[in-house]
Amino acid sequence: MSASSVAASPSKVSVLADLFAALKTQGRAALAPFVTAGDPDMETTLAVLESLDRAGASLCELGVPYSDPIADGPVIQSSYTRALATGFTLERLFEVSRQATQRVKMPILAMASYSLIYRRGIDRFVADAKAAGLTGFVVPDLPIEESDQLDAACRQAGLALVRLVTPTTPPERAEAIARKSTGFLYCVSVAGVTGARTDLPAGLIERVKWLRTKTDVPILVGFGISSPEQARAVAKVADGVIVGSAVVRHLAEAANQPREAFLHGLEGYVGELAAATVRQSA
Amino acid sequence: MTPVTPIPAPPLSQVPDALGRFGRFGGRYVPETLSAALEQLEQAYNEAIADPAFTAELDGLLGAFVGRPTPLLFAKRLTELAGGAQIYFKREDLSHTGAHKINNTLGQGLLAIRMGKRRIIAETGAGQHGVATATACARFGLDCVVYMGAEDVRRQAPNVRNMRFMGAEVRPVESGSRTLRDAINEAMRDWMGSVETTHYIIGSVVGPHPFPRIVRDFQSVIGRETVEQCRRQLGRLPDTVVACVGGGSNAAGMFYPFVDHSDVRLVGVEAGGRSGRPGDHAASLSYGSPGILHGSLSYVLQDVDGQTADVHSVSAGLDYPGVGPEHSYWRDAGRVEYTSVTDAEALDAFDLVAQREGILPALETSHALAWAMEEAGRRPPEEILVVCLSGRGDKDAAEIARLRGLSADGTAASA
Repeated sequence: MSASSVAASPSKVSVLADLFAALKTQGRAALAPFVTAGDPDMETTLAVLESLDRAGASLCELGVPYSDPIADGPVIQSSYTRALATGFTLERLFEVSRQATQRVKMPILAMASYSLIYRRGIDRFVADAKAAGLTGFVVPDLPIEESDQLDAACRQAGLALVRLVTPTTPPERAEAIARKSTGFLYCVSVAGVTGARTDLPAGLIERVKWLRTKTDVPILVGFGISSPEQARAVAKVADGVIVGSAVVRHLAEAANQPREAFLHGLEGYVGELAAATVRQSA
Repeated sequence: MTPVTPIPAPPLSQVPDALGRFGRFGGRYVPETLSAALEQLEQAYNEAIADPAFTAELDGLLGAFVGRPTPLLFAKRLTELAGGAQIYFKREDLSHTGAHKINNTLGQGLLAIRMGKRRIIAETGAGQHGVATATACARFGLDCVVYMGAEDVRRQAPNVRNMRFMGAEVRPVESGSRTLRDAINEAMRDWMGSVETTHYIIGSVVGPHPFPRIVRDFQSVIGRETVEQCRRQLGRLPDTVVACVGGGSNAAGMFYPFVDHSDVRLVGVEAGGRSGRPGDHAASLSYGSPGILHGSLSYVLQDVDGQTADVHSVSAGLDYPGVGPEHSYWRDAGRVEYTSVTDAEALDAFDLVAQREGILPALETSHALAWAMEEAGRRPPEEILVVCLSGRGDKDAAEIARLRGLSADGTAASA
């Protein structure tokens, strides 16, 4: 996407809608990896985003490091700590986002604590994100009751505000959340913090199928997914798969390798996941 | 303190609203996984306080188990030393387990039972809330896990031991600054995965709605008793009421029954630490700015991006970068004055109260005592100043000896 198209860009929500429509035609689900911005530094993040894009990621969640992330398990929490220790700031987040969104074709959404958004000022945070070419937000600690202001700012700016439903969300509430969600709906697979798990939780497939009957918004499933087998199972019923801690851990474990080697490894892993999102014809 | 917003027309005590707002502060900023449990807790609490059986059971425990009402004591020799207003102590240190924290843990323990949750988690800083939670769980037969920063495990060892004696599991938290804030993070993470079977007993007036209200209400027994004791023993309400503020639970419980008595001056004392420089103190209301931490909007010590700042206090219970949202509301309404006292001043107050009143106060409480003694000297003798003596200092004795280079028996170390 050229830089000039950003200024006159259509709503990012419709960009996402087009993306999901195209994936549907191709008979595959979206693959949405998560990476932490600035882990271990911004230069690496930029290279990683390009790798993910090459390897077949459909969109990407860019995690914004926060000092007290209560929804995250040890892997993502540690990545936030590493990024903050090497001087992560929001200014650098928007700068690297600006560069990344000019170089990659996949939409990038910021996963950010509402603490950071509130502190910067809602309108300013949204304006900065829009100027940086970001597609929208996932705000893991903002329930629907508290989200009117951010929702209004995102609608004004044409950015997506992705909401989350979890296994503890009662059915009526899940419907209300789905109605408010723009871009897609994030279906959290387990009650708990982020982190790779070996099995798919019981009832997940049924829950996604039920949600499917309640909303037309694309449904992406995340939390605990790390293997191609899990991705394949989820891709059968959902519109996409979010892989978080597994990618972050890959980066952490490869930190001592030369950059080319670990990017190659990452592309291999993400490529396998991407292949797993192709639905077998019946 | 300059009022930022005008005092609203309805009484200050008529908060929070249905969304958990104290003015602009409070609210519920949590992952969706916790939303249903917080709804359930709010509903269970509203039903419980309307149920005479619940109130009767809690009152019975506060009497025979905790030893309430705690006395209001005239601090005679301290008053003489200060040479001004009469100083009184509200003796929460005489509560079972040695601090006010038990008022809340018994109430929330009964709520957990009503909700059918038999596993309890808690965070603790100084260890007083951890001990009070372990105590309530032992009394009620509930499973108990307490998260405690590794630094606090070290400096509050007697409380760690006592929690274990009562059957609680203490999990040291090694992340971040290894203090209260990190213990809350870990307790929240536990709760994310256990919420359907577990109740989280938050120890202060912090966290997402309805916790700030519930904890304030359970702690308000302190202020209600004080109002009544002042009327009965002294024939009138006090001129000034003082309490220390970390998260702010003893202060909220003490102040709340007084907030609509506008002629009573209310003063909260925060941890001034080593200095007013960032990182050297834990005085959120004195130096912080509005932000969101641990599920509610309140004054927070944070950087320009909203990352929580590192804080310091000699007192583990005040070593926290946030504060309860109702305190932020009272601050901006100009109803409560907030000030701070340094580590050194608190330690001096500890000595004075030990030597002149025969009471070892907690280091947290020593902050309120330091300010109270200074202020008493500036006020005329007919004035009455009540200090919430929120806890006893046994837990701090070893750490104070260590800070002063004394050996375990309190003499100068020879090595």
